[in-house]
Amino acid sequence: MGTDRLSPLTDQDRTARRMGMVACHHCHLLCRQPPAPADCPRCGAPLHSRKPNSIARAWALVLAAAVFYIPANLLPITHTTSLGAVQSDTIMSGVIYFIHSGSWPIALVIFVASVFVPLLKLLILSFLLISVQRRSRWRPAERTRLYRITEAIGRWSMLDIYVVTILVALVHLGALANIAAGPGALFFAAVVVVTMFAAEAFDPRLIWDGMEDRDDGKH
Amino acid sequence: MPYIACHECDLVHRLDEIPPGGAARCARCGASLRRPKRDSINRTLALTMAGVILFLVANTNPFLGFRIGVQVRETILATGIYQLFQQDMKIIATLVLFTVVIVPAIHLLSMLYILVPLQLNLVPRHLARVFRLYMFLKPWGMMEVFMLGILVSIVKLVKMATIIPGVALYAFLALIFVLAAMAVTLDDHLIWEQIDYRR
Ligand SMILES: [Zn+2]
Ligand SMILES: [Zn+2]
Repeated sequence: MGTDRLSPLTDQDRTARRMGMVACHHCHLLCRQPPAPADCPRCGAPLHSRKPNSIARAWALVLAAAVFYIPANLLPITHTTSLGAVQSDTIMSGVIYFIHSGSWPIALVIFVASVFVPLLKLLILSFLLISVQRRSRWRPAERTRLYRITEAIGRWSMLDIYVVTILVALVHLGALANIAAGPGALFFAAVVVVTMFAAEAFDPRLIWDGMEDRDDGKH
Repeated sequence: MPYIACHECDLVHRLDEIPPGGAARCARCGASLRRPKRDSINRTLALTMAGVILFLVANTNPFLGFRIGVQVRETILATGIYQLFQQDMKIIATLVLFTVVIVPAIHLLSMLYILVPLQLNLVPRHLARVFRLYMFLKPWGMMEVFMLGILVSIVKLVKMATIIPGVALYAFLALIFVLAAMAVTLDDHLIWEQIDYRR
């Protein structure tokens, strides 16, 4: 059984908003647009046509994450004490360690999850926000797909936080060897959490609204 | 209501009957609108029960042993989180506890709470509230990322010491597959449709 594409009501694009309807963001029930703020009759979540203050909230979170991204990469995420000598590692020095020790697939995994994914996510979200603010008509389906990518990949950045947790738990052998978490880990965790909220705050319907408003000649 | 709006681009579609195993996608942006599942409640419930057992095994048994010289250290998941608490990394400890233990636990319990009554043709109280909590927490369950973290840690430590995989490690791995299978067999619209809101 394949994938059936449903056909829209008419040739002209018809959105719930234009038809005076609201789709619940939680249970997807389609309701008539209430005159005053109201809750979904089915699941009880507040009904809104678009996520409230989506652009402002998403921008605030993207900028906060961009600020945290700098100390996350510069400050050490682990301090290793081995027979009295202390060694501090940042995310990049961990990547370089794996390259030197020959496990470049692991180096690549850490680099992608910790350095590349958060940066890519921030760039995509900034691009989407700017395109929505400029009411861009450029490839809305591709931009929606970019949004889906940011939603899907963000979680993988938690990788290094988990590695630190496991190392701290295992390498706790008194004077022989000890690993402690560094301040970079905290900023790094903040980057992951804040970018996840940023992706949550962005409303992909805005990508398509920009097209319709121009079609209506409103802009 | 035969009409639904796409949750990603707001385009309204008329919904025709979709056979189980089929899928309806948005004509404009391609988002998945409906994906009815064969025997959804039954299968998801069976997976949930397996998940509960695996979860208990994974959290009570050692997941990695670590031998350096004569010293042997076995850790269960809680030990690592406890160590972080001890080192004043309370925020990170909370985050790990939340994403690897609490969210998967709520995930499994909320599914039990919803699916057991539905299987008996009853509608649980507060179904909407519990299912909304489930949907809200879903992105924050990160066991598969944790599993990758375990693999990276093993590679990192393997030169320094002997690593002994524990029972919990296998339970974790199995649990990840069970949770992924649950996401496939669960039909969220079927759950929402159990709520009689028209009174
Ligand atoms: Zn609703
Ligand atoms: Zn759509």
